[in-house]
Amino acid sequence: MAEQDKILQDVTQSDYKYGFVTDIETDIIEKGLNEEVIRTIWEKKKEPDFMLDFRLDAFRKWQKMKMPDWAYLKIPPIDFQAISYYAAPVQKPKYNSIDEVDPELIETFNKLGIPLEEQKVLAGVAVDVVMDSVSVKTTFKEVLAEKGIIFCSFSDALQEHPELVRKYIGQAVPVADNFFAALNSAVFSDGSFCYIPKGVRCPMELSTYFRINAANTGQFERTLIVADDDSYVSYLEGCTAPMRDENQLHAAVVEIIALDRAEVKYSTVQNWYPGDKDGIGGIYNFVTKRGVCRGVSSKISWTQVETGSAITWKYPSCILLGDNSIGEFNSVAVTNHHQQADTGTKMIHIGKNTKSTIVSKGISAGKSDNTYRGLVKVMPGAINSRNFSQCDSLLLNDTCGAHTFPYIEVGNKSSVVEHEATTSKIGEDQIFYCNQRGIDTEKAIGMIINGYAKEVLNKLPMEFAVEAQKLLQISLEGSVG
Amino acid sequence: MLSIKNLYVSVEGQEILKGINLEVKPGEIHAIMGPNGSGKSTLANVLAGREEYEVTAGEVIYQGEDLLGKSPEDRAKEGIFLSFQYPVEIPGVPMVNFLKTSVNEHRKHRGEKELTAGEFLKLMREKMDLVDLHPQLTNRSVNEGFSGGEKKKNEIFQMALLEPKLAILDETDSGLDIDALKTVAHGVNALKSPETSTIVVTHYQRLLDYIVPDFVHILYNGKIVKTAGKELALELEEKGYDWIKKDN
Repeated sequence: MAEQDKILQDVTQSDYKYGFVTDIETDIIEKGLNEEVIRTIWEKKKEPDFMLDFRLDAFRKWQKMKMPDWAYLKIPPIDFQAISYYAAPVQKPKYNSIDEVDPELIETFNKLGIPLEEQKVLAGVAVDVVMDSVSVKTTFKEVLAEKGIIFCSFSDALQEHPELVRKYIGQAVPVADNFFAALNSAVFSDGSFCYIPKGVRCPMELSTYFRINAANTGQFERTLIVADDDSYVSYLEGCTAPMRDENQLHAAVVEIIALDRAEVKYSTVQNWYPGDKDGIGGIYNFVTKRGVCRGVSSKISWTQVETGSAITWKYPSCILLGDNSIGEFNSVAVTNHHQQADTGTKMIHIGKNTKSTIVSKGISAGKSDNTYRGLVKVMPGAINSRNFSQCDSLLLNDTCGAHTFPYIEVGNKSSVVEHEATTSKIGEDQIFYCNQRGIDTEKAIGMIINGYAKEVLNKLPMEFAVEAQKLLQISLEGSVG
Repeated sequence: MLSIKNLYVSVEGQEILKGINLEVKPGEIHAIMGPNGSGKSTLANVLAGREEYEVTAGEVIYQGEDLLGKSPEDRAKEGIFLSFQYPVEIPGVPMVNFLKTSVNEHRKHRGEKELTAGEFLKLMREKMDLVDLHPQLTNRSVNEGFSGGEKKKNEIFQMALLEPKLAILDETDSGLDIDALKTVAHGVNALKSPETSTIVVTHYQRLLDYIVPDFVHILYNGKIVKTAGKELALELEEKGYDWIKKDN
């Protein structure tokens, strides 16, 4: 035991490798939130008129709302007036080539392991990079344009395709859906937009990288993905932030609309700064992600690997509106030290013969709390629907917590809902077996954890899976006690 | 090779080994026999470095160095191999990955180049024949869905891959039918060399028909109460453990 505690000590002091700050000039507005600030954001971004209405509507509704308190989270009070709602790297607008981008910024992205240049072309991934809420570079735009695919920053979409944005924004996540979604709708400054036309299979993975850099700012980005009839797209999202002692707020919204027979795969590796080992600092991650399977036989799958953030409040959900539509949620959520995560999904079955699958793997270490919260709701009209849920929790010591709150509501008799759950503690005999074969405890834990999470990791696109595996290992090495 | 002097070991405050002395030289095979609860498995585990076993007195010298201060993984990499009585299952971890990591950790320790996937697969195929293990098994998770016999063969297969200097077989014969027993014994014998030593921990004599020991030690109540040549195992088989218990 003592030996393991020692390893735990050593490793928990290992550094968050993305915790650097980039020294670039930032255009940042005064702290505080009121209608004037919202107008300023709207003006700075030169958005169409309907966006001002959208933002103000959201803001007015938000003012009447309260922070949700039903999650299994201890959230310190957040002063929403102490946050700056707009920060952007100066030197915008528009880079025609990578050479025009601030070299500091390029350096940042290289440190993050997201080279924007040739490597990415070779790897065949199109990237939109959002730093401090503003999209700084979208690669591969032209190649995609040949297929009619629109993949650009949200700001560009509002300039170049306002009618498309107007048609779909707020369709999956209405402005007043919840406290954080309303806040995001009021103040979001950028994000990614993606439209896949009818019958087009997107030939490459699309990817957004989010980065918070400036201090005392919140990051509020918004992603909207629309997959038209018979189209397909796989979308990746990654995120990191500098190490800071104060907490920073991240309240994003992701909306997905899948039309007839369209399929959207959305994968996230969330690695926001989790705070230090004593729970100081870290990102508050309050995210609303929702997809609507609006068309018949459409499919939306969420895959997430959550290792970062001090607090995570996040429930990527599917509304299965179209008959025969399919929703999937695959999640690995890791908490260590003083991290808290309350995450899960909602599967709302409305159409006939709709199917959903939930696989959730929670891993808790340190003094953290890790909660799965899920709702499976089958409406009376959703006849012959099916859901299968599997929720596993793995505890690495005696000081962490794992909690499961599954809610199931079935409104008809022809549907079948199944729920399986397990809780286990990592086996000392497993670790010793590895040790006896020459594998040290840290490597052994990494191996065992990756084995445990394999079902979910396998759902990730190849290059992401490798990154996720490493991340799991880094987050947990030696945390058995 | 191995020298155990006056070793006392407790588990959860209860004294299990009460002054063990044992000398193992290169090339020798030692059998440790004894009734249930005599401390045989404790001895095997403490040599491998299992944490729950607390050494309260005595010393163990392995290849001229103190063994007890070393971590389990360092002991393994320096050539101590334990064939587990109950091999552990690790869900989701493919046998191949596990073994490749294990072999490469050993190689790194010796300052050798790590094997590539291709080189490793070749090595694996060679060693697999030795214990007649079905190649499909290496695609499964570690020990998951293996029968009792397959698990034990898998242990000897790992031993073949790692080529230990000192192999400790903890009740490797338990749960094996006679054919599997012969296969396992064949594997152990094939790996034997004048430089390597083996400690066979067993309850029954039958494994010793196939792995012929140079010495047989009888462990009873935490002490080695009798040591002799291979004929001791046969005598024990004939008379049973009561004969030992009466005298001690």
